[in-house]
Amino acid sequence: MEEPARSRAISVEVNGEVYEREVDARRLLVHFIRDDIDLTGTHIGCDTGNCGACTIHLDGQAVKSCMLLAVQADGAKIETVEGLAEDEELTALQQSFSAHHALQCGYCTPGMLMSASALLAQNPRPNEEEVRAAIQGNICRCTGYVNIVEAIVSVGENA
Amino acid sequence: MLLREVEYARPSSVDEAVRLLAAHEGARALAGGQTLVNVMKARAASPDVLVDLGRLEDLRSITVSGDTLQLGAMATYTQIMVSSEVDVSRPILAEVAAQIADVQVRNRGTIGGNVCSNDPTNHLPPLLVALGASMTIRGADGDRSVPAEEFFLGVYLTAVGEGELLLSVSVPAAAKAADGFASITIGRDGTCIASAAASLSGSSPRIVLGCVDAVPVLVTPAAADEASVRDAVAGTGLEPPSDVHASADYRRHLAAVCAVRAVHHAADRGR
Repeated sequence: MEEPARSRAISVEVNGEVYEREVDARRLLVHFIRDDIDLTGTHIGCDTGNCGACTIHLDGQAVKSCMLLAVQADGAKIETVEGLAEDEELTALQQSFSAHHALQCGYCTPGMLMSASALLAQNPRPNEEEVRAAIQGNICRCTGYVNIVEAIVSVGENA
Repeated sequence: MLLREVEYARPSSVDEAVRLLAAHEGARALAGGQTLVNVMKARAASPDVLVDLGRLEDLRSITVSGDTLQLGAMATYTQIMVSSEVDVSRPILAEVAAQIADVQVRNRGTIGGNVCSNDPTNHLPPLLVALGASMTIRGADGDRSVPAEEFFLGVYLTAVGEGELLLSVSVPAAAKAADGFASITIGRDGTCIASAAASLSGSSPRIVLGCVDAVPVLVTPAAADEASVRDAVAGTGLEPPSDVHASADYRRHLAAVCAVRAVHHAADRGR
């Protein structure tokens, strides 16, 4: 039988690269991503699970990485905002954010992009209502929602 | 935020999980973690050992056998929303699961975590009492079944005792059941300020109020008309909590409003 331990060796695939690390059981996944493997595109906004700035994809699903322990992600495939653009070429979603001025301070943007890309993977042509429902767990404190929603809807319209 | 030091184990079978929970004082089951990880950050809970149920695939299944819909304790809200079994056997569960929090939380949060945390603002405790659900719990002495009405004992307190594990929630299957739910929330699909679930399929209406007491409050009016529902809610002598979102008086008022709306919703769905 497995015995409880304060740390554990984990292996996760992040943006296609495998990382093996020993992590404390208490370590949040967002800290693992930002501090242990230096992918600081994933942001910490509220640290209470409300703001969505830490949103990543865990095995293809959007989740908030501040509400997961790193040990829970053992064996998982993770995608962070750094994994969206290949070879420095921005995705259609990222280009649309730029074209629609869908970011002001930019702090919420990584989480918005990850929630939006999870939506577009399931529903390539979402309407406004579907987009608003998909980013409900993401807070933009600049309140720039109109342009964010337009940017995401527009990706579907131009797909 | 840095959590207090904690030990962690990831059992590969349900029995191993139960043994781990029984063997370690201060051990807690970790399901989706959408409540527990946050209360650990706030140090409102400080378990010594976390028993991660994440690898127990047996607990994720949603099945229908005969006239019972069985939801594994680790079934996520997203799973419940898209489950064809839920859709054909008790669709109100999917409709309410879709109102919980946001996409990210629904992808991780589980039915078992929702009922075992028994936060009075949670959606599923009142709904499951209204539907006449029952919970299957495993302990050292084997499995036992507890009706939802007896499952919720207090804030964050349920019939799942030390060293025990919730395995599944069973709900009578009834595709056309007259079930309803209504809530007043902080923002759309936010935390409930008041909620009510209703089921009109049995011999008498069952209305269950959330957010007004430590446990869901069952109300059984003689009839489902508005006057009877309001009388029955008033007759429970509710003493709801006051907080920044609603005074006790206002919450008492909202409880009656939600009860009436839940009954209307149930009647519409039963047509």
